Amino acid sequence: MDLSDSRDIKASPAHVWAAILDPDVLKACVPGCESMTGSVADGFEAVVVQKVGPVSARFTGVVQLSDIVEGQSLRISGEGKGGPAGFAKGGANVTLEPIEGGTRLTYDVKANVGGKIAQLGSRIIDGFAKKMADEFFTRFQDAVEGPDSEEEIAEETTEKKKGWFKRMIGA
Amino acid sequence: MPKDGIGASTVRREDVRFLTGKGRYTADINLRHQTYAVFCRSDIAHGRINSIDTAAAMAMPGVLAIMTGADFAAMGGNPAGWHIPSRDGSAMREPKRPVLAHGKVRHVGDAYAIVVAETLEQARDAAAAVNADITELEAIVDMAAAVANPGHRVHDEIDGNLAFDWGWIEDNRAAVDAAFAAAPHVTTLELTNNRLAPNAMETRASIGDYDPGTGDYKLYTTSQNPHLSRLLIAAFVMGIPENKLTVVAPDVGGGFGSKIYHYGEEAAVLAASKALERPVKWVADRSEAFLSDAHGRDHVTKIQLALDKQGNFLALRTETLANVGAYLSNFSTATPTFLHGTLMAGPYRTPLVYVNVKAVFTNTAPVDAYRGAGRPEATYSIERVIDKAAHELGLDPLAIRRQNFIQPDQYPYTTPVGLVYDTGNYNATLDKMIELADIAGFEKRAAASKAKGKLRGIGYSTWIEACGIAPSNLVGVLGARVGLYDAATVRVNATGNISVMTGAHSHGQGHETVFPQIVADMLGVPASSVDIVHGDTSKIPFGMGSYGSRSLAVCGTAITKAVDKIIAKGKKIAAHMLEAAEGDIEFKDGKFSVAGTDKAKAFGEIAFSAYVPHNYPLETLEPGLEETAFYDPANFTYPAGAYACEVEVDPDTGKVTVESFTCADDFGNVINPLIVQGQVHGGVAQGIGQALLENVAYDAQGQLLSGSYMDYTMPRADDLPFYTVDHSCNTPCTHNPLGVKGCGEAGAIGSPPAVINAVVNALQRGGHKAVTHIEMPATPARVWAAMNA
Repeated sequence: MDLSDSRDIKASPAHVWAAILDPDVLKACVPGCESMTGSVADGFEAVVVQKVGPVSARFTGVVQLSDIVEGQSLRISGEGKGGPAGFAKGGANVTLEPIEGGTRLTYDVKANVGGKIAQLGSRIIDGFAKKMADEFFTRFQDAVEGPDSEEEIAEETTEKKKGWFKRMIGA
Repeated sequence: MPKDGIGASTVRREDVRFLTGKGRYTADINLRHQTYAVFCRSDIAHGRINSIDTAAAMAMPGVLAIMTGADFAAMGGNPAGWHIPSRDGSAMREPKRPVLAHGKVRHVGDAYAIVVAETLEQARDAAAAVNADITELEAIVDMAAAVANPGHRVHDEIDGNLAFDWGWIEDNRAAVDAAFAAAPHVTTLELTNNRLAPNAMETRASIGDYDPGTGDYKLYTTSQNPHLSRLLIAAFVMGIPENKLTVVAPDVGGGFGSKIYHYGEEAAVLAASKALERPVKWVADRSEAFLSDAHGRDHVTKIQLALDKQGNFLALRTETLANVGAYLSNFSTATPTFLHGTLMAGPYRTPLVYVNVKAVFTNTAPVDAYRGAGRPEATYSIERVIDKAAHELGLDPLAIRRQNFIQPDQYPYTTPVGLVYDTGNYNATLDKMIELADIAGFEKRAAASKAKGKLRGIGYSTWIEACGIAPSNLVGVLGARVGLYDAATVRVNATGNISVMTGAHSHGQGHETVFPQIVADMLGVPASSVDIVHGDTSKIPFGMGSYGSRSLAVCGTAITKAVDKIIAKGKKIAAHMLEAAEGDIEFKDGKFSVAGTDKAKAFGEIAFSAYVPHNYPLETLEPGLEETAFYDPANFTYPAGAYACEVEVDPDTGKVTVESFTCADDFGNVINPLIVQGQVHGGVAQGIGQALLENVAYDAQGQLLSGSYMDYTMPRADDLPFYTVDHSCNTPCTHNPLGVKGCGEAGAIGSPPAVINAVVNALQRGGHKAVTHIEMPATPARVWAAMNA
């Protein structure tokens, strides 16, 4: 399946870039993620628990980052195995561009599923994938820019209005 | 004729148990100390098996045995039943089909391990813990790509992914091409015959039961032909002597072809049962059925029809890619060739026909015979290209068919594709259809549809098929590795009631009702005193089972032959009892009498005497009254008919509704009109399903996208009209004593082109003149796209 969309995030490209490369951020943003370990250089290992239609499964997988153009774009690819539930694999090309008041994050995902979850049919799978992507980027956006998204970045003045990621990196 | 003899619309006696939950299917059978099997199936379409680690799974609670492809590597392959050589004379390429995948997995659902445990849940849990290390290889899904990329192989040893490249009849090719070169008009159509999942109501199931005391194996399984399955398992796959293997196919809930074949699961549960010395039971779930039952159809065809300007057919040629999937299933090589190419003359006098079929391996489930098997594909191609030709030449679609029909005085008619039609009358069924479908009133109905904002269309199909499979002499020449006779044993019990053991197997056909009608009619006894025994190789004679609309024409005839022998034996007994010459004994209305006298013995008295023979002349008269007959047909039977379908298309959504469907069929003599009607209803429902709803879809990676009823659309009651079915125009078959032709597949063969012709007609009448074809299934999306192209 193919999914592409973009998000306007009220944070500078540098902040967004740093967040993408941070396993703790990814762990918090991937829905159902139980663990995420590793590094940019070696790749990440993840365990994700998800329910797809009637099929519940714990997916264990590896995530690799490649084609890294510092601060601008990268490719995230991965493969997760869910035992009898089947597997999912795919890749996302992510690009960042500065816009007024923040960063535009554009993603273009190509993914394949196999086994039992593939037989659920495209209505369930495509809907599930879109929901996962929406949820991931909503969480990511929240994490990067904080809950007060209506505020302009330039006007952020107090620590508590910043997102937890910003607080963590002291931005 | 007794009231329940030949010609009576007796209700199906087996329905009482089916409809009250008293049927006994394989899944209903539970044996002492039974264990449960689950199969590990590939979730990728193509991959190399590096290792299968079963240690963790073996250590789980209740797990008794795990066997993988390696454990079966020494066994034989499950063979293709027909050898089809290529045009260049080279042999068919026939890769070994192992019990369980070994070395490679070749389709999603390909089983590579069997896990046996004390409970089903334990087996399922352990199957999830089997760790197969499989390197994924690029999947070969599209047939054209499979043929075009020779290095890219489903089977490492088969370059080009072709089982064969078959020409029929190759010697006629040059003459056909010459006729095309000279033809005033050529109509060309490219079409796909969509892949279907068989969807028997009962999924496949098998129980292996090895008896360590005797060394006997018993297999309970969902089979349409238990003797054929036993032969394949015994002689080809496992090497068990046939006398040590019993195959029982009890009540079977539908087959449609998918249960003809021997599948690896059957050998696996037998082997596991031997290893554990306990029964091993496996019942497929519906997902497994979608993944691993042999699918049907899946042809991509280019068909061309050469005509003169008056619409007379001059020549016909086709090029077809036929998907056989990952392995050659038992009938898979016959289905696209001798059940397809030999039918390409249809009911027409087309003098020159040439058919080319390339059978292509892909990383998909095996494809084999499914209700109609090759003949629906042939009929669809022919009946669609005729409609297109009529449209191009501005001719009436019924008139162009009629003018090309083989005429009643031309039988026996030898077609240019190797068959000899014994009898028929295509004008008669066409006239009957025109009357019943009220073709004359169509414009009025179309106007009423238009007033509702709908586009109405009408489509026809004048079909023929070759069934009653099959004359062993002929099919042997064509490449069959078996004979296709059938057998029956008629046992008259001492008290005069009768047990008939048949090689044919009933899995929805109604044999238990129809066969007694024949016996009752011949012996003058009530049908209720006759019972049919089928499905158990330890009880029945060696027959070839039920498929190819053969049960009545082939096994039914074997029954009549056995009853003839019973009557002959009865005459001997009567001659002895009546102290008359055997030649003077007549048998009529259930009585043996001395001609010209009032001396007679009732059938029951003869039966009793046969088993209480206190004064028999033992040198010349054996006790007992039991006879077996084997019957091998001299020819196929050739049922034919004319179908009309009327549809309405919603121009806003593209949704097609079938408003009426009319069938005028010639099945020869009819034994039970009610059952024939039911067979036609079921066949047409499956044909409408193919034309409008059903489709097996794989993605480019070979993942099955239509793996559940969420995405595989079965016809429901509200998708189907009330049918008008008639079989009054009959020309009895000339070469079997009952004069019968097959009716089981007719509806599925004749209906898809009628539906699509109706949809195309509706669109053309609605102003969409450029629409000349719509692929099956004609979903709302496809129809809408065609209207808005």
